[in-house]
Amino acid sequence: MEPAVAQRNILMKTNRTANGRAEGAGEAMTSAALVPEPLIDIQSLNLWYGTKPALEDISLQIPKNRVTAFIGPSGCGKSTLLRCLNRMNDLIDSVRIQGTILIGGENVYAPGTDVVALRKRVGMVFQRSNPFPKTLYENVAYGLRVAGVRRKGVLDEAVERSLQAAALWDEVKDRLQESALSLSGGQQQRLCIARAIAVEPEIILMDEPCSALDPVATAKIESLIHELEQAYTIVIVTHNMQQAARVSDLTAFLYLGRLIEVGPTDKIFTTPDKRETEDYITGRFG
Amino acid sequence: MSIRATANRLPGPATVPAPMSRAAAGFWASGVPFIWLTGGTLAICLIMIGGLLAHILMRGLGSFWPAEVAELRLKNGSVLLGEIWDRETIPGSAEEGGEDKTRLQLRVGNRDLYGVDFRWIDDSDIESITRPVDAATVERREWGNFYGRPVELRQGDEPVASGSDATWNALRVRLPEARALHARIRTIERDEIGRINFRIEKARLGLRGLELRSSASPDKRAELEREVVGGQQRYEELAHELERLYGEMRGERIVLAEAGGRTKELAVAEIVRAFRANELGFVGRVRVYGSRVWEFVSGEPRESNTEGGIFPAIFGTFLMVVLMSLAVVPFGVLAAIYLREYAVQGALVRAVRIAVNNLAGVPSIVFGVFGLGFFVYFLGGTIDQLFYPERLPTPTFGTGGILWASLTLALLTVPVVIVATEEALAAIPREVREGSLALGATQWETIRRVLLPASLPGILTGAILAMARGAGEVAPLMITGVVKLAPTLPLDGEWPFLHLERKFMHLGFHIYDVGFQSPNVEAAKPMVYTTTLLLLAVVLIVNVFAITVRNRLRRRHRQSGV
Repeated sequence: MEPAVAQRNILMKTNRTANGRAEGAGEAMTSAALVPEPLIDIQSLNLWYGTKPALEDISLQIPKNRVTAFIGPSGCGKSTLLRCLNRMNDLIDSVRIQGTILIGGENVYAPGTDVVALRKRVGMVFQRSNPFPKTLYENVAYGLRVAGVRRKGVLDEAVERSLQAAALWDEVKDRLQESALSLSGGQQQRLCIARAIAVEPEIILMDEPCSALDPVATAKIESLIHELEQAYTIVIVTHNMQQAARVSDLTAFLYLGRLIEVGPTDKIFTTPDKRETEDYITGRFG
Repeated sequence: MSIRATANRLPGPATVPAPMSRAAAGFWASGVPFIWLTGGTLAICLIMIGGLLAHILMRGLGSFWPAEVAELRLKNGSVLLGEIWDRETIPGSAEEGGEDKTRLQLRVGNRDLYGVDFRWIDDSDIESITRPVDAATVERREWGNFYGRPVELRQGDEPVASGSDATWNALRVRLPEARALHARIRTIERDEIGRINFRIEKARLGLRGLELRSSASPDKRAELEREVVGGQQRYEELAHELERLYGEMRGERIVLAEAGGRTKELAVAEIVRAFRANELGFVGRVRVYGSRVWEFVSGEPRESNTEGGIFPAIFGTFLMVVLMSLAVVPFGVLAAIYLREYAVQGALVRAVRIAVNNLAGVPSIVFGVFGLGFFVYFLGGTIDQLFYPERLPTPTFGTGGILWASLTLALLTVPVVIVATEEALAAIPREVREGSLALGATQWETIRRVLLPASLPGILTGAILAMARGAGEVAPLMITGVVKLAPTLPLDGEWPFLHLERKFMHLGFHIYDVGFQSPNVEAAKPMVYTTTLLLLAVVLIVNVFAITVRNRLRRRHRQSGV
């Protein structure tokens, strides 16, 4: 395929997406261009697995109530960067981190940071849906129970609200006491989103949330992301460029542990500044 | 069936026209011989296990069936009465001349008269075998079975009935009452006097304790002394009552004659069960069978364990397995959680894991010796000095008991639980842990709310394996608390109800003891089979229970087909 043709294909998709939600995209462009008050501010972040550098000098600002996508080839560090935001990398023994991540002005890597409190502010949805082997109800109520909520009324209300927000309520309202593992893959992933929403986080991190799903389930999750954008700041990792084009306002391209380019999604997919970005989105590698 | 179906799908030699050598190579390469090898191995395993079970079932269940009584007239004129037990070819008999000679084994009983229970008789010495209707099998509390004919029933010195049939009918009428009398004597001897002794002993120890602490509390002292005196009075009353009952028991007597005509006189209350085996119809036999089985599972042993029931052993085995599970499951699960969830996975943890696995291969007697040294002598001895100084030098916990035996077995089976729990935890995907942590749960909350419930089926599998292993273990128990005959159960009506320091009986040890340590091995053989059968049944019941629980849990957390 000629590079020009490929680029036109991408362009068309991007335009269609932009048309569908023209206003949001326009706003995103302006706010991303300025980022007056970013919710997340990553400042010269370095990360090593043992002695091997995985992230090198990343600086990035992520705006509030927008969808930001991290794209890049496998192994470029996009998931690692995402997992820094809720300090999920702490679980890996060999990881060493240098730099600052400010969320709402607080450095999450400052000594004495309450990781548990941080993770309540920054929810996460994983690549493989990971419902707990419990009932649907208990899965959604889990975060609240852990936070010490005992009142049945509060839990019931939160479960219904979260499942509705995750567009799952109508499908499962009659089987809340069944095992979560009896759901289909797409339903399980939406359940995991509902579970993350239930604790009312500010930010939702999504680590390739659709990579194990079929196109129909993927479309459902994507439209869900558009709706959640109103209330939450979403950071999504994807290796599917069309998906990034469809759902995000801001796109960051990472390559070999470096941040190559960041900007409004429309711009990244039409007129990227860097040669590597263009090569990647036109399909020359990756 | 599946073997043939698989083979048909493979390109066999018949469909491939090829030189012989290539056809042969194809036969080997097709894997058909390997299917036969693996299938055959499995079949041999199943046949061996099935054969063992069938043998135990047949010998175990068959031994309670009331056998016919045969009367043998020998060529030398003597007459024998008994159950035909076995028949075999005389070894080496064919060499001497022509045909094989056979002989039969006759259970003649009447141990008090003959000295032995069994006799081998050459078939060539037998003139005739008959099955007389009036031959009676009399099971006695002492000296085993008597085979013979009733002669006379006496009340005091007066004969009440005489002659075989009249005496038999009179005996059948009198027997239930006599048995009730015996039961009453046993109750007084064991339960009532036992309870009084227990209380006197307790009061006496209380007095001794007061002395040791040089505590001057006259009220307490007087109360304890009153208790001792009261107990002794009650004991006197019971002893008097016993004497009266024994007199009553001895009054009613029966005279039995063996085949050769010698007679034996015994109290009717000494008879456990009596029946005319040759006269019994099918229903009658079933009733005798049922009554024997019931005595076996619910009664106490007689005649140094070779007769009677094995209830104390069943109970001891069961209680020990329960106590062991209570100790081993929490212990193993906690250790496994630390190893898998908290410990930094490195060389040290790997070494610990290997060590734990190897622990499962240590001979069980080594655990027994350790249990004796550590639990019994060290822990038990210390407990005695601290809490039971008034009983010394008689040890309380400083000697083998059900608690120490259970803990020793818990130590023996803890690797099983650790390995099973670790495997269950390892099978939970990392994403599930991360999902919980990402929701703001701490590691402990993740373990408690997600990992433990999810790994419960695996943990129960480990517990099942541990219980099965523990129930069948004998060697370490022999030195940590199992005895041939325990006078009391470890659980009874006296406070604190569960007596962890008591010695107990165990089915596995019972098999060893009856089968190999008893003075009358031949007569005890059925007992060995039936006890083995029962031990298998206990293990089976415990396992079925645990597996049912596990499957219910699994169903609750059923995986979807996605």
